[in-house]
Amino acid sequence: MSKKFPMTLHLAITLAWMVIALYLIFLYAPEELTMGEVQRIFYIHFSLAMTALFGYFFVFLGSIGYLWKRSRPADDFAHACAEVGFVFCCGVLVTGPLWAKPVWGIWWTWDPRLTATFIVWLLYIAYLMLRAYVSNPARVQALAGVVGTLGFITSIVDYMAIRWWRTQHPQPVIGGGPDSGLDPRMWLTVFVTWGAFLCLFFYLVRVRTGISRARRALSLARHQMAVV
Amino acid sequence: MSAVWTIFLKDLRVEWRSREALSAMCVFGLLVVFLFNFSFNTGREESLRMLPGLLWIAFAFSGILGFNRSFAAERENGCIEALALAPIDPSAIFVGKLLANLVFLGVAEAVVVFASALWYNFSFVPALAAFAAIVLLGTLGYAALGTIFGAVAANTRMREVMLPVLQFPVAFWILVLASDASADALRGAGAAEVRGGVERVAAVSLVFTVASFLLFEYVLEE
Repeated sequence: MSKKFPMTLHLAITLAWMVIALYLIFLYAPEELTMGEVQRIFYIHFSLAMTALFGYFFVFLGSIGYLWKRSRPADDFAHACAEVGFVFCCGVLVTGPLWAKPVWGIWWTWDPRLTATFIVWLLYIAYLMLRAYVSNPARVQALAGVVGTLGFITSIVDYMAIRWWRTQHPQPVIGGGPDSGLDPRMWLTVFVTWGAFLCLFFYLVRVRTGISRARRALSLARHQMAVV
Repeated sequence: MSAVWTIFLKDLRVEWRSREALSAMCVFGLLVVFLFNFSFNTGREESLRMLPGLLWIAFAFSGILGFNRSFAAERENGCIEALALAPIDPSAIFVGKLLANLVFLGVAEAVVVFASALWYNFSFVPALAAFAAIVLLGTLGYAALGTIFGAVAANTRMREVMLPVLQFPVAFWILVLASDASADALRGAGAAEVRGGVERVAAVSLVFTVASFLLFEYVLEE
């Protein structure tokens, strides 16, 4: 993959895309009527959230790939997606309250969507902590694969369970969400920003898998030196 | 099948000789109920409203103690390697261990429920069938996750810390739906509502039990 598509080009595209996204967010998208300027954080919040949620799906794909085919690159991919996805998920939990406070008047509420995001954040922590604490390095991949798969099943269960749970409560309206009569310019901004964040996500994932590969090559070389 | 039975009976026998895990689980469950009672200084009505959730927190915490023990004990003398080498299906080990964990947690739960009935002067008898079904189904899913995560955590440093970090986010919905359903059953809600609650707990528990069963072989292999 890295041979086909140079890293520097990937980085350049990401940066350029980010600049375009920033332009759209702050200068092109119209101001929201009720929420005003603060609504512009929505574009970043939404893009971070979607990327973080997809991130756990990629962790699952990598986990299954390792358990099924014993493929080291699949495990590297899962590990990288978990680390980068966790950072994105932290971003969601920071930008969310920043937006909620002026709009809803509260920092946090246990609304189904917030609860689900919080659980995904905990699942990222569980996955990364497990990788850090496994005592036998040869077993990390299989155990992380099991935890990554169960974690993904949990995020699927989230979507069922949230519908069942406290259905009698009215759901707080996620202000100006992508439903209901969004200005076309806002739609464009949403998708361009999300694209920029996905591009950044995959750039960071490639950097991280490169580190894993280099580490493995280094420990192999050390091992061979010791044998000689 | 006989392998499942052998492992199940072996776990019961080991536990019967020391009675370490079981007594710790019961005492811990009782302590949780006791501490909650005093950390929220509430009247009887309020306490009864909180009782279902409180019971599930007590079950969750005392379960963690038992699951930790379940595979940690096998590791001490390298028994886990012997089990992995034995010519039996890895899933037999999972089912045997799961049954033993279910028995231990079930006993602890019975003790906690009995004590709460006394302390809160609350009768579980009118809703006993529904409540028992919810506890059984919820405990099945919770113990299945505890069994596989107990085996995962046995491979880590600081396994006492690792198990709850893995268990709680994944078992979150089992606990939430089970305490919701228990609350409905215990406050005497309509039959349809209670049945809906039982079915939801059953669905989520079943998903996690099957997933743990299928994934267990990857935890065991060396």
